[in-house]
Amino acid sequence: MAKTVVLERKPLSLSERTYLPQIVTGLKTTFTNMFKPKVTLQYPEEKPFIPKNYRGVPTLVKDPNGREKCVSCQLCEFVCPPKAIRITPGSVPDDQEDREHVEKAPQEFEINMLRCIYCGYCQEVCPEEAIFLQEQYSSSGYTREEMINNKQKLYELGGTLPDHHYKWDKKKEAELDGNAH
Amino acid sequence: MISPTTEEMVTITLNGKEVEVPTGINAVEAAALHGQEVPHYCYHPKLSVAGNCRMCLVEMGTPMRDRSTGEAIFEEDGSPKIGWVPKPVIGCATNVSPGMHLRTESDLVSECREGIMEFLLVNHPLDCPICDQAGECRLQEFATDYGRGYSRYIERKNVKPKRTRLGPRVTLDDERCILCSRCIRFSQEVAKDDVLGFVDRGSFSTLTCFPGKELANNYSLNTVDICPVGALTSTDFRFKMRVWFLKETKSICTESSAGCNTIVSSREGVIQRITPRRNDLVNDTWMTDSGRDLYKSVRSESRILRPSVNGNDLPLKDVVSSAVDCLRGEKIGFVVSCHSSLEEQMLAKRLVSLTNAQTFICGHFGDDDGILLSADRSPNLRGALVTGLIDQYPNDNLADLNDAISKGNIETVFVFDEDLILSGVSKENLQKVSMVYLGTHSNNSSRLADVVLPGLSVFEKNGSFVNRSFIAQAFEMSVPGPAGIKSQVEVLTDIISKLSEEEGISSDLDEVWDIFNSHNQSVLAGTKFSNLKKVSVPIDGSSWSHLNFVEKTALNYHPIESEPK
Repeated sequence: MAKTVVLERKPLSLSERTYLPQIVTGLKTTFTNMFKPKVTLQYPEEKPFIPKNYRGVPTLVKDPNGREKCVSCQLCEFVCPPKAIRITPGSVPDDQEDREHVEKAPQEFEINMLRCIYCGYCQEVCPEEAIFLQEQYSSSGYTREEMINNKQKLYELGGTLPDHHYKWDKKKEAELDGNAH
Repeated sequence: MISPTTEEMVTITLNGKEVEVPTGINAVEAAALHGQEVPHYCYHPKLSVAGNCRMCLVEMGTPMRDRSTGEAIFEEDGSPKIGWVPKPVIGCATNVSPGMHLRTESDLVSECREGIMEFLLVNHPLDCPICDQAGECRLQEFATDYGRGYSRYIERKNVKPKRTRLGPRVTLDDERCILCSRCIRFSQEVAKDDVLGFVDRGSFSTLTCFPGKELANNYSLNTVDICPVGALTSTDFRFKMRVWFLKETKSICTESSAGCNTIVSSREGVIQRITPRRNDLVNDTWMTDSGRDLYKSVRSESRILRPSVNGNDLPLKDVVSSAVDCLRGEKIGFVVSCHSSLEEQMLAKRLVSLTNAQTFICGHFGDDDGILLSADRSPNLRGALVTGLIDQYPNDNLADLNDAISKGNIETVFVFDEDLILSGVSKENLQKVSMVYLGTHSNNSSRLADVVLPGLSVFEKNGSFVNRSFIAQAFEMSVPGPAGIKSQVEVLTDIISKLSEEEGISSDLDEVWDIFNSHNQSVLAGTKFSNLKKVSVPIDGSSWSHLNFVEKTALNYHPIESEPK
């Protein structure tokens, strides 16, 4: 059993009884900050700085020739931990001149932003560099349906990113260069 | 084709270990029997050996003998000296022989495999993201397991046609083809429809149909299954679903009495495709194209989704009570079906004896193609025989039922899945009787039924069938049925327990078998559903050898009259 010792509280000094030193110390902090630069961001009028490689809303991008890069391989759908992605694959007819050698593209591509956890696995797994988590960070809506980004919305959000491969163009070059069999 | 010729075994030395293998098989199969994979593309166990892919190269040797005396030569340590063939040999065309030595894991062999893989990938488009074969592609698997892991090829690849139509159901992607010739051999040897061949030389070699012909036979989709890469694709399944999403369940094809073993692939309760499953007693590794389309009926518009009495949708319990009321009368006729599973037929038999009813059955017949589409277009006619539901071979119509109704001998009919009007019962006669219909799809006669009980299709329930060779085989549930629908077995047990006022009759399939076997002397004794799920069981069909079965000699089937070869 612990032994209880009763201690006598010391009586307050005069300055402690007036509270003045404490008030002065507090006001010092207030006045110091009044003349420092502001740290508060007036969101939503002011937007924060988004660093590079920020993982925002996942989006679909097009290549500089305006072709959709996604070929609906469904690897992102497979890897997505919260199962937020849903793709309906479709084929591209072979008579489209601007999409030569493109065979497959998504018919519908849906990302449920109520499920998305912004992990970025979809971007990492994409073999075609077609899906990117870009700097868009805020998404809101009044209904659950509004929170599902469909293909059109995803391409609007994604825009165009530079391409390092142009694989379909390379294939066309090879074909014109005498590799056609 | 590689198959053990006799039961005899030989001893070979595989990677330094003595093992026993059956005579007559090749090095690929021998190694596989002992857990060693020899990668191969062109070799297929059910086709002739072509030996053109060179992927299965292995080292082979035999114990050396002195040429003059014929005596065995030994190493210094006393072990027999092995004379290795200086170059690797292809495993698929090397049959095992006594004393043979094989190396499937040496440096030379793995160098060979790396080289072959490199050549195969030289002009391969590497379009795995859009290739339907990805996930079940031999090229992917072997490149991972036996390939070099990186590419030294920096030149431009060949560009070939990507969507050549070979036939109504098969599309060819030329760039992916590795010229293994499996599809050609299949067309010649199994489908007996010689339409495919290679034209041109070198990297211009192309698989093509002979002029004026197309790959249109009823077995064309098997070429897609045996294609080790994604060159031959099914036009129906093309770009539809990636294979890694698919849940695979074992099933049996209901197209005909051949009873092909199948794999039903579904995703989230929707069936995406049907492919054959290997069973050397029944269908080898093949099935018909028409059988692969059967899943489309699951979501057809004529599907019965609600139980009803006189056209009013009612809860299942009430509808079952109405059905029981119908069956309490006299002069009952049961139209049983050879599309029902064995378990349903067992319960139907019990119901027939409970109600003292007459049994009618209608056969469904067509042309026999001599392979896997037999003349009997129902999966379980022999099931109706072995369960004792019928003792005569059925006609292709129900004229006797029509007569019985006309004479007033039948006043109530209980129909399993059969279109009575199509089978020759007149509409007027049907309107005279009260009818209970238990089935999956509605038809002209089911619309006249007083009591309609919905059932589950073969993809949505468990059960078993007996095929043309009297082999009992189980099928398993692949997808859940429509909401609120009970399986036929459950509905029948409900009816039986209400009719016999016996509580607690189980609808568990094994117990259905147990009860059937305890009440009946039949060739099914000693087995049950859970056994069939593991392995298909041949049953003794000799008591029915006097019947005139319509099936003709076909793949793995010999009519009882003719001697098996």
